[in-house]
Amino acid sequence: MKPFQAARRDFLLQAGGAAGAAWLSAQWPAVLSAAQHAHEATKSNASVKFEVLTPEQAKDVETIASQIIPTDDLPGAREAGVVYFIDRALKTFASDMVPAYQKGLADLTKLTAETYPGVESFAAATPEQQEKLMAEFAVELNPSGARPRRRMQLVSTDFVQSIWLHTVLGFLTDPERGGNRDYVGWKVIGRDPEHSFSPPFGYYDKDYPGWQAAPPNSEKK
Amino acid sequence: MSQAKVSYKPSEEVDFVIVGSGAAGGVLAKELSTNGFRVVVLEQGPYLTEADFAHDEIEVMLRHQLTNNPALQPNTFRKTAQDKAQQQYSVLYGRCVGGSSVHFTANFWRFHEIDFMEQSKVGDIPGAALVDWPIRYADLEPYYTKVEWEIGVSGLAGASPFDPPRSKPYPMPPLPVKGSGVMFERAARKLGYHPFPAPMAILSQPRAGRSACINCGFCLGFGCEVGAKSSSLAAAVPVAEATGRCEIRPNSYVHQIAVDKNRRVTGAVYFDSKGTAHLQKAKAVVLAANGAETPRLLLLSASPQFPNGLANSSGMVGKHLMTNSGAIAFGVFEEPLNDYKGFAVSRLFHDFYELDPEKVGFHGGGGIDARFDFTPSTFAMNGLPPDTPRWGKEFKKALHQNFTRTLELFCHGTSLPVESNSFSLDPDVKDAWGLPALRMTYRDHPDDLKLVSWMKDRAMELLDVAGAKTKWHSPIQETQFAVHLLGTCRMGNDPKTSVINPDHRTHDVSNLFLCDGSSLVTSGRGQPTMTIEALAFRAADRITALAKRGEIPG
Repeated sequence: MKPFQAARRDFLLQAGGAAGAAWLSAQWPAVLSAAQHAHEATKSNASVKFEVLTPEQAKDVETIASQIIPTDDLPGAREAGVVYFIDRALKTFASDMVPAYQKGLADLTKLTAETYPGVESFAAATPEQQEKLMAEFAVELNPSGARPRRRMQLVSTDFVQSIWLHTVLGFLTDPERGGNRDYVGWKVIGRDPEHSFSPPFGYYDKDYPGWQAAPPNSEKK
Repeated sequence: MSQAKVSYKPSEEVDFVIVGSGAAGGVLAKELSTNGFRVVVLEQGPYLTEADFAHDEIEVMLRHQLTNNPALQPNTFRKTAQDKAQQQYSVLYGRCVGGSSVHFTANFWRFHEIDFMEQSKVGDIPGAALVDWPIRYADLEPYYTKVEWEIGVSGLAGASPFDPPRSKPYPMPPLPVKGSGVMFERAARKLGYHPFPAPMAILSQPRAGRSACINCGFCLGFGCEVGAKSSSLAAAVPVAEATGRCEIRPNSYVHQIAVDKNRRVTGAVYFDSKGTAHLQKAKAVVLAANGAETPRLLLLSASPQFPNGLANSSGMVGKHLMTNSGAIAFGVFEEPLNDYKGFAVSRLFHDFYELDPEKVGFHGGGGIDARFDFTPSTFAMNGLPPDTPRWGKEFKKALHQNFTRTLELFCHGTSLPVESNSFSLDPDVKDAWGLPALRMTYRDHPDDLKLVSWMKDRAMELLDVAGAKTKWHSPIQETQFAVHLLGTCRMGNDPKTSVINPDHRTHDVSNLFLCDGSSLVTSGRGQPTMTIEALAFRAADRITALAKRGEIPG
């Protein structure tokens, strides 16, 4: 896989024409700086310390994220470094959710102990126990019918909704924001990490003969 | 040759203050400054540039980088005037230099002749305040052409048999077809419809110092990092600034239009980024703040001389809100479409633009386009079949299988004007500056809901014919969230029933003009921005002519 900077540089060089070149020369320092920063941040996830979560909480958060997007023959939330993304989120754009996380994780620990006496934390439960606990704890994530037109519920004070959202973001956003480590989330869904594309884009447009006017006998209805 | 950027003192009386730098404000700034006038554009949002735009879903969607932030500017919603409005995120608009044109989808449909004279053709519709425009399509046609050539629209003239007459072809060929467009086109043709390449305000070729689209896929909702999207930021503001006569002043939140004892406006009062109020003096003021904030600003500017709000002797300010009705059908196909690549829309049809009420049982019309406008994250949130689990192996499997194989058929339609649908000032809720919040009152005309339900059925038929393995549709429900903000200060010849005249001058104040979505008299069939920009080009011509004849008393 191409490093991020190379992919973005390629796209800029391919952007075409004098306009593209002019744009590139004007913007390149800023582009390179942002990309470099993101690359370093992502690379360093493995060694960074958690800033908000305790080590025990981090284990539980990672385990919940792994229940939401599990690891099978393809990588899941764990491999995407979602827990690091969430810790950073709680330090930055989702800092107002820290109390909800604290309470939600404590509630989950309590539920775990009540359901499986002797099991000290969600992360310490067996995978089968975790799945059963998740079904009970995250009941609101059950399918609820078609979603309304283009309205994301991005603001929630609810722990389950929030950790679901943060897991999805940590798995699927551009790695520039610190999640989706090594593009594993995009690999799972089939999104090419390249920064720009040329047609044909997929299976159905590759043999498209070009637009043609409707035949003369095709009258307006 | 470009001039150095100009800067005016607020105490210096300029020719025009324009409030808002979006689709209309940007065009007005370009035209009026090019015509020799000194212009200050007051924009409430920041001045971002291409270098600030990235594929950053968190910054854009969670932190409202480009749009109004409901935490700072809450709004309220109610269905009828009898209800108590509840605080609810119900209005979205661009809040940065370039306004909503920075993040829009860029569908640029012209209105058709019927949209300007529908009442004459179909008569009164119970429950709707449908009236004709005081201008016709032919009056606006030269300005649609200006938008296409000066702002930049890609398309193919004559490709739709339903298109209105045009004086010139598009300046650029259409953008490439996507897999969604191919499947839609095949199915539509089998059913006897007339699909055509979508006219899009996105460059298919380098033009005017801007790059062609590089098909990055982060389009709807995002700013374009190569300037290919024909926003006011990319296409109009640089021209205005290059005249050396136009200052774009960001982070300037206008909350009052100042008026003298002669009932003439003297400028705009705004908070700067530190919360300090200033009066920017001007000979005339043009409000282009969008269909929500323009009426709000007029209502906020109530005074003893104008007790019902500025320019509101008719009582029509804020009324007749139209949002465009809509529904989405989703289909999943056997092979990868990879529709995440590129802009949103490559094909549509207008066969339903003028439906026969006798046949379908309701009034209205619309268009259907084929698209994919999800990011990876929003796809996980809103793009999966409704019965898909939201966690676990099945959730992941659906993401894995469907992301590259899903398309949307978006049904866009009429909103009929209903007088009680409105924007007004909430009596209780305030924004972060202590100003009354925007209150939206809205209940769809029954025909609007029937229309989208009917079009949704046609979209589901299209998916069957196209060979979708799985299909579903969004629920048909009453509107409680608006992006298209139309009709709230509508144009007309009668001062008793409209707010502005055909020159965009308010009936009540001779040096106050309004031009944005609020000026529209009807909603068209779903894509208003092209018409808003054409109106802005025309308004600039009319205002220039008035000024040069000395007919704008300052």
